[in-house]
Amino acid sequence: MISFLTFFVILLGVITFARIIRIFELSSELHGTDVNAVNESDNKTHSLLLLLFGTFFVITVFYMTWSMKDKMLPISASEHGVGIDTLFNANMALLYVVFLITHVVLIYYAFKYYHKKEHTPVFFVHNTKLELVWTIIPTIILSSVIVFGISYWSKITAPAPAEAIVIELYAKQFDWTARYAGDDNKLGKSSFRLVDGSNALGLDYTDADAGDDIIVRNEFHLPVGRDVVFKFHSRDVLHSAYMPHFRAQMNCVPGMTTQFHFKPTITTEGMRAETKNEKFDYILLCNKICGASHFNMQMTIVVEDETAFKQWLGSKKTVAQELKAAEVVPVAVTDSLAAHTDSVKVHEVTAEVVKH
Amino acid sequence: MSHDTHAQHDHSHDHGDHHHEESFITKYVFSQDHKMISKQFLITAIIMGFLAMLMSTFFRLQLGWPGQSFPILETVLGRWAPGGVMDPNIYLALVTIHGTIMVFFVLTGGLSGTFSNLLIPFQCGARDMASGFLNMFSYWFFFASCAVMTISLFVVGGPASAGWTVYPPLSALPQAIPGSGAGMTLWLVSMSLFIVSALLGGINYIVTVVNLRTKGMSMTRLPLTIWAFLVTAILGVLSFPVLFAAALLLIFDRSFGTSFFLSDINIGGMALEHTGGSPILFQHLFWFLGHPEVYIVLLPALGINSEIVATNSRKPIFGYKAMIGSILAIAFLSFIVWGHHMFLTGMNPFLGSVFVFTTILVAIPSAVKVFNYLATLWKGNIVYTPAMLFAIGMVSTFITGGLTGIILADAALDINIHDTYFVVAHFHIVMGASAIFGMFAGVYHWFPRMYGKMMNKNLGYAHFWLTITCMYGVFFPMHFLGLAGIPRRYYENTNFPMFDHLTDINQMISVFAIVGAAAQLIFIFNFFYSIFRGTKASQNPWGSTTLEWTAPMKHMHGNWPGKIPEVHRWAYDYNKPGKAGDFTPQTEPMAPGEEESH
Repeated sequence: MISFLTFFVILLGVITFARIIRIFELSSELHGTDVNAVNESDNKTHSLLLLLFGTFFVITVFYMTWSMKDKMLPISASEHGVGIDTLFNANMALLYVVFLITHVVLIYYAFKYYHKKEHTPVFFVHNTKLELVWTIIPTIILSSVIVFGISYWSKITAPAPAEAIVIELYAKQFDWTARYAGDDNKLGKSSFRLVDGSNALGLDYTDADAGDDIIVRNEFHLPVGRDVVFKFHSRDVLHSAYMPHFRAQMNCVPGMTTQFHFKPTITTEGMRAETKNEKFDYILLCNKICGASHFNMQMTIVVEDETAFKQWLGSKKTVAQELKAAEVVPVAVTDSLAAHTDSVKVHEVTAEVVKH
Repeated sequence: MSHDTHAQHDHSHDHGDHHHEESFITKYVFSQDHKMISKQFLITAIIMGFLAMLMSTFFRLQLGWPGQSFPILETVLGRWAPGGVMDPNIYLALVTIHGTIMVFFVLTGGLSGTFSNLLIPFQCGARDMASGFLNMFSYWFFFASCAVMTISLFVVGGPASAGWTVYPPLSALPQAIPGSGAGMTLWLVSMSLFIVSALLGGINYIVTVVNLRTKGMSMTRLPLTIWAFLVTAILGVLSFPVLFAAALLLIFDRSFGTSFFLSDINIGGMALEHTGGSPILFQHLFWFLGHPEVYIVLLPALGINSEIVATNSRKPIFGYKAMIGSILAIAFLSFIVWGHHMFLTGMNPFLGSVFVFTTILVAIPSAVKVFNYLATLWKGNIVYTPAMLFAIGMVSTFITGGLTGIILADAALDINIHDTYFVVAHFHIVMGASAIFGMFAGVYHWFPRMYGKMMNKNLGYAHFWLTITCMYGVFFPMHFLGLAGIPRRYYENTNFPMFDHLTDINQMISVFAIVGAAAQLIFIFNFFYSIFRGTKASQNPWGSTTLEWTAPMKHMHGNWPGKIPEVHRWAYDYNKPGKAGDFTPQTEPMAPGEEESH
């Protein structure tokens, strides 16, 4: 009933509105003027409004940029990120200049040249010199944007240094798991076919490299000042590992390994002091639409000095240790626990895992 | 040769005029007349646009006041918004369908369908499209496509929810998101129908422009609208088949167990048997259409803008040939920039560099266009019709949105802002707002040509001022949300303390969005009111030079009674020295000793 009444009221409103408009139109017809023809006072009014609106808009753009500066991401916590910020600021400065010039010209012309009966516009069809100037100048400026952009991109995406710590970030709906490569700094093989309740990453326990890997959830730690290379995997759909404070991001693609490396430069404590926020934490979040809980797929990142990092990592069980604790003893993995090798048994375990 | 064809064409139509009275069905429903088809496209697009806009207000409610109960949501969305709080899945569905409808149905089908259909025959001086029959098919495929997409809103599991880019595996696996069930199937069916419509339309536009120009209408006398529509149609014909391939392969993966886009997936506790495919392949196919699509949306708006800016400045468009050159350059470049959507997919960094290079080049012809608009306004005599206000607004949005494109094109900078609100701000301003402003400008400008009536001027003014204020109010602050690191397509940002201080900005955006949406009701009212009750339009209300204003205001089959007018000059002789009046129609023969203006 209420919705019917609402509908009825809206309908009445629309009809009333239409009638009022009609009255205006009819009365102007009586006066012999066309209500919908643009007259000189319209031109003047709207040129003035464009001036006011335009000025307000341009001022707001600059004011907002200034007033929002403390609400943006804090300074970059990674080495390459500092360069990204510099490049970004330099490009933005350029864009603000272009924005300002073009908008001032647009608003000024729109205001100044409103229609006046006595005025005859110039017949200005083209001017080769002018057109060359405004083609060549942007070309030169943009060339430098391209050169700086591409050279920095190549630098960031160059192969990671050999001594970089290898960490896998494994994405699935809707959480992250990190896996450290361990003492050998090599990640053990994994397969989507081996995933089951006890083996969330689908690790191949027969791979000798897997034994010293360390799997962590909820939060992972990074040593400050050391290069870290991330290998990204996804088990189901696309995800994107976004670490905004480090200016780092890479998609996680099922069936493919992607990677990104950077060097954290500020510890979590350091950033807490920097942002004057005791509760500050670095964060890894998902930035590629991945399903219902996409908006809450996160993991905390802790950056600390090397000693604290080693201590933290040492307190975590390796894959081999965990398997031993759970009394699953796949043979190849226990190599790292100084056990023996039995290829027959290895096959059995693999087959069993696949069955799950 | 071409002259002969014209004569024959004239003859057959004259014949038709005298002997056939059209029935309601052939006149209003299955019409083959370009003017009626153009109106059909426009009204369908307005209805779909309204739907998509409504969706955006719904998800803006959720984004502004996450978790708060809005009874209206429960009224409209039913069990998808229990207690007035929308479900995360339906949030994603609304975002997806909002994008799909706006990009494809409003700004591609609606914009090109309306204005290419209306203006190509009128401004080229043709009796109708090359094939009225295909044209009718183009509309009805479009209609079917809209209908299927609308139906998909009501299926179990909800409509497609994987984002308008429908990246697999999310879009391929119903286990991953409920919208990837029947909803996604219908999305693909709808998109396939849409592609058929776009191709039939596009081929028709190209053939008409190439073959059916009236005598004297050389390519360098064509209005820039027609240039834009022609190039747009070529882009569409070359790129939509690639999307069709992607859609077809995705249908195969979903229904027939192939593995084009799927590999190594373990979901819901099950290892899927798909191996060897690549989700990235889909992105390549999608963006091979997707990027030209941006210009399919934008170029017609720019063409419309050129026409309106020149007419209402009472001045020739500055740099006509540079304008054509920049349209062609943008069109060419649009085919070799698609990789800039994929810098972070694990693509070879060197390939990324190539896409950085080609993408930033697009800024050069775009800058030329902006400077030409400014030079056209310079020392003009500007008449502020509502259309002209939207055209000026469009120049502003094209600059504001275009500039941030240079940032996003820079792969190194893209790392940190990819898929954040910075991107949302960028493309809504440069593609969404610019194209919709161009479309509004076109509707206000050519409404008299469509319906023989004027739209109400003052409602038009109110519409413009509210729209531009709310548009910038919504999208400008989004840049900062992006720079603060907020990812797009988040149902709520409350799970991250680092975003807490931006809540008020999100609320402000939502308020602007809702007011802006309400302002569109003014337009919709004005549009339908004016169709029935608008004041009668004079023959050439804006004092324009182009051919469409020489045809009788009362629509007739074949557009002109008697012979098609002949063209003697370009479309921009406004205030030419030595000529009487402030414009010289294209049909006026050159005076002895008069020189062509360009």
